[in-house]
Amino acid sequence: MAMKSHLLPEFIVERDNERCDSCKVCIKQCPFGVHYYDEEKDRVYSREELCVGCQRCVVYCPKNALKVIPYPKHYRPNDYWNESYIRDIKKQAESGGIILTSCGSARRTKIYWDHILLNASQVTNPSIDPLREPMELRTFLGRKPDALEIDLENMEIKTELHPNLMIEAPILFAGMSYGAISYNAFKSLAMAAKKFGTLFNTGEGGMPKDMREEFKDCTIVQCASGRFGVDPEYLNYSAAIEIKIGQGAKPGIGGHLPGEKVTAEISSTRMIPEGTDALSPAPHHDIYSIEDLSMLIYALKEATNYEKPVCVKIAAVHNVAAIASGMVRAGADIIAIDGFRGGTGATPKIMREHVGIPVELALAAVDQRLREEGIRNKCSVIVGGGIRCAADVVKAIALGADAVYIGTAALIALGCTMCQHCHTGKCAWGICTQDPELSKRLNPKVGAERAYNLLRAWSLEIKDVLGGMGINAIESLRGNRDHLRGIGLEEWELKVLGIKGAGE
Amino acid sequence: MVRLRDPFMDCVRRLDDIASSVDFEGNTAKIDATGLTHKELNDLLRVCVEKGAEKIIIKNVCGQRYIGTRLHFPGKKVEIDVFGIPGNDLGMFMNGHRIVVHGNAQDGVGNTMNDGEIVVKGRAGDVVAMSMRGGRIFIRDDVGYRTAIHMKEYRERVPVLVVGGSSQDFLGEYMAGGSVLLLGLTLKNQKHKANYVGTGMHGGTIYIRGKIEQYQLGKEVGVVEMEEEDYRKVESLVKDYLRYFKDSIKNFELDEIMGERFIKLVPVSKRPYGRIYTYYIRY
Ligand code: SF4
Ligand code: SF4
Repeated sequence: MAMKSHLLPEFIVERDNERCDSCKVCIKQCPFGVHYYDEEKDRVYSREELCVGCQRCVVYCPKNALKVIPYPKHYRPNDYWNESYIRDIKKQAESGGIILTSCGSARRTKIYWDHILLNASQVTNPSIDPLREPMELRTFLGRKPDALEIDLENMEIKTELHPNLMIEAPILFAGMSYGAISYNAFKSLAMAAKKFGTLFNTGEGGMPKDMREEFKDCTIVQCASGRFGVDPEYLNYSAAIEIKIGQGAKPGIGGHLPGEKVTAEISSTRMIPEGTDALSPAPHHDIYSIEDLSMLIYALKEATNYEKPVCVKIAAVHNVAAIASGMVRAGADIIAIDGFRGGTGATPKIMREHVGIPVELALAAVDQRLREEGIRNKCSVIVGGGIRCAADVVKAIALGADAVYIGTAALIALGCTMCQHCHTGKCAWGICTQDPELSKRLNPKVGAERAYNLLRAWSLEIKDVLGGMGINAIESLRGNRDHLRGIGLEEWELKVLGIKGAGE
Repeated sequence: MVRLRDPFMDCVRRLDDIASSVDFEGNTAKIDATGLTHKELNDLLRVCVEKGAEKIIIKNVCGQRYIGTRLHFPGKKVEIDVFGIPGNDLGMFMNGHRIVVHGNAQDGVGNTMNDGEIVVKGRAGDVVAMSMRGGRIFIRDDVGYRTAIHMKEYRERVPVLVVGGSSQDFLGEYMAGGSVLLLGLTLKNQKHKANYVGTGMHGGTIYIRGKIEQYQLGKEVGVVEMEEEDYRKVESLVKDYLRYFKDSIKNFELDEIMGERFIKLVPVSKRPYGRIYTYYIRY
């Protein structure tokens, strides 16, 4: 029996009829079918219950006639039974299914970045002006030797070095697969990474053949549980390989790219038939232990003649420090930790909102543990999952990260407005979609410029902050927690973060 | 300073120090694997192929892993004969070579293999043919758990796994393409042991000869009648099987094998997990 939906709209679409001249641009721009034209009345109206608040029509309305604003507080205010719970229950009562969502956790969980303050030099040590003096952000990722032996006569390093990656700032683009994001978004990031001198990450969907040669030096190729698109050629056209064990937005579960999104191009990149579901199993079925992880790490090194660093990415979970130690012992050259705010193209809401821990705490714990065990030099640490600005990057480095992954921030640079509807595949900004009409809204050249600009802007800001601290190389900030102070944190939180309280 | 023991890289000798383990005769290289680490053996294999070896015979193999993995030379095809017991991930990521193992193999035979052929004259361990995307694997006797898990196919690449004996649980789990043939020759009239056969399967075909009960099968597979074409396919694979193992399998004739009942398992749906999510229902 047809059930009347009890859901209320989430947004109000306000059209200023003085300004609107029925040009119908909004109708074309909205992939969710909100706007429609009534011929009889010669006016454009909207079905606001369909609106997801992506703001596409607002930006593109040539007359500035549109406003999309949150629907006024729906139900009687209640901090416990808040709107989000009521809404979800109604959705499930109407469908009986798992609630699917996307992006990163939107819940009001404590944001540790916002409880950490940075230091600056005053009187006792001079600050440095980055406009006049060189500032070094260049970063090397990979295993470092226990000691360096130097041939003093010829001034050469005698120690055999492990393969390392060189990037111009400690920021990389996080794994986002072609499939989750459009070809144009994928390519935008690759181009920006290449131009800037950093790396982008294929995610688990393989690497389009036409991009391999051009971008091989700035690509981290992922090997995930589904092994989609993973063959020796793919592995060898890369700067590094990342084994994806988990991701912050959905720790412990696999992925599921529905058949509708497996278009001809995606099918050839993932090497699966067109239109079939791409199921990524929850675990790698050849990894049930640290020993097994070691086996895959070395299988990948074998497959690439020991020429590339191997990274292992996990979601930040409760025992993250012990797991990280195991990963390093298993042979990972780089470990990537994705906090619970990490984004995704599709995840059950329950996983996104309730599983995992903040990356700030995970990072501090991992760095501490690896130092205590004397193995910190064996790997580089990349953290991701909700890095929003250059200050977050600086704080992450001071907490012990070698570099950060940015995913959501990079997509916002391309046009994303965090509407959290990537899983519908109808992204109005041409990012999380495989619909050719929508993806052509993003021109890779323009996208690359935006993403590149973001990297440039953050680098400049990081240099400013470093200068203020009297530091001239990012290397000197790494793990330098003296430059951090906590505010509004409890004793145990300060202890885990390994920082003092403000004023101490 | 804490020394971190590295199970793979510690005590690896330089090529010059292990060169005496190789013997070249025309296009054939012979390697004595006695005392070689995983990496050393694979270093030597790579050098042999670089020097133009087309056939490599490795003697005294004892647990060395990844044989064939570091031989990504597009266009080149090498034959490798392994005597002894190769270690895990034999032929992982392999792309076109042929490996014959004169003995048993361990876990991960043909893991994520792309093309080529592996023949094991004995039994093999767990996760045989995991995520395999092309080529063929023949195992003479039994295999372990999670065989052919997430095997997939793509265009002209349709992987084939033939197992002469039986398998343990989770055969063909998550399978998305390719063919598995389980002959059950080691069963002696008992039924197959495996449970959860084809759980989550959403592509490909499993052929099973010998008894298996409905409860041993995953919810996502269905039994369908063998058709002419299936029999033809199975028969040609059985012929290859008998040819590859003729020296060690004497008791079986083609007619005898083909005379028994086969069942064919295919996925019930290409989208086994399509209906558990709430896509926001209004659109
Ligand atoms: S869904 Fe986006 S484009 Fe459509 S009406 Fe709402 S804000 Fe505008
Ligand atoms: S990528 Fe697109 S669909 Fe996803 S949140 Fe951003 S704007 Fe919305």
